[in-house]
Amino acid sequence: MSSNAIIFISLSVILSVVSFLLDRKKTLAGFKKGWNMFKNMLLPFLLILVVISVLLYFIPPALISKYLGANSGVVGFAIAAFVGSIALIPGFISYPIAAGLIDQGASYAIVATFMTTLMMVGIVTLPLEIRYFGKRVAITRNVLNFFAAIIIGLIVGIIL
Amino acid sequence: MKNVLKKYQSYIWLGAYAILTILSFIFGFNPGKQIFTNFTQSFIEMITFIPFLFIIVGLFDVWVPKEQIQKHIGQESGIKGMVLVILLAMLQAGPLYGAFPVAYMLFKKGASIKNIFIYLGAFASMKIPMLGIEIGYLGIKFSLVRTLVSLPLFIGIGYLMEWYLKDKDFRISDGSGGR
Repeated sequence: MSSNAIIFISLSVILSVVSFLLDRKKTLAGFKKGWNMFKNMLLPFLLILVVISVLLYFIPPALISKYLGANSGVVGFAIAAFVGSIALIPGFISYPIAAGLIDQGASYAIVATFMTTLMMVGIVTLPLEIRYFGKRVAITRNVLNFFAAIIIGLIVGIIL
Repeated sequence: MKNVLKKYQSYIWLGAYAILTILSFIFGFNPGKQIFTNFTQSFIEMITFIPFLFIIVGLFDVWVPKEQIQKHIGQESGIKGMVLVILLAMLQAGPLYGAFPVAYMLFKKGASIKNIFIYLGAFASMKIPMLGIEIGYLGIKFSLVRTLVSLPLFIGIGYLMEWYLKDKDFRISDGSGGR
């Protein structure tokens, strides 16, 4: 069993016991909420695992490390930032993708850039954002976050 | 209706994958077998921590008084106001566009421009359920570094937006249509 599993299992057991001793009803309500969230994400999650498994088979690691690895330079950041800005991938699905990319030789800096643009920049949802904030503000926010994402990637790369 | 269709779609794809995998094993099609091995590995990785993460998230949800925090937001200013919006953002779930209505609510309640954009930043990259999954997949070190590097940057964006919009009659609409 991975250390991850051990950490999450022990933490959830400890919290459950404490919560149960404090308030039985609340604890059960919490379990129910957690279960519903898990149920909602299970199907898309399984699908993305299939997609990743297929892609990992067909895309050679050498290709990933060439374009997204530590020595990919500006090209790597550009690919990560643009794909991250355009793609509309739910957060929880992006993590196994990111982990897969790192396994195959992508650098932390580039994965951090990809993740950050994915989370903070939304080209596809821009029309919706404009309805709330207006054109000028929505575009400004996205542009600022685009560059912030690259800065975040660079700093993460330097630290890790 | 759209949701129902979407749900079916996932089942169809998964079913198709299952059939192709079974066929791969029957006919000894190696790529299919290899892909299934990849899938099993990532599935085991997922199933050994994600359900427990959701137990933690569910308990969090019932014990942390989200409404209470929401009530105080907007009235508080300074560091306290900033900490409160970040906290509120961390307790949410869902995609960024789900935060726009909340931004509208914050605006209505008189939150500062700075805090509204800090909320969006924290919502995008520091939600607790997402941090849990991130730690599970990319490790605590990556998550910690990424979060700590991101935080000052989106606080900076908050200040920048406030400075930029100060005299520009900034307003957030309820998203129902034109401005």
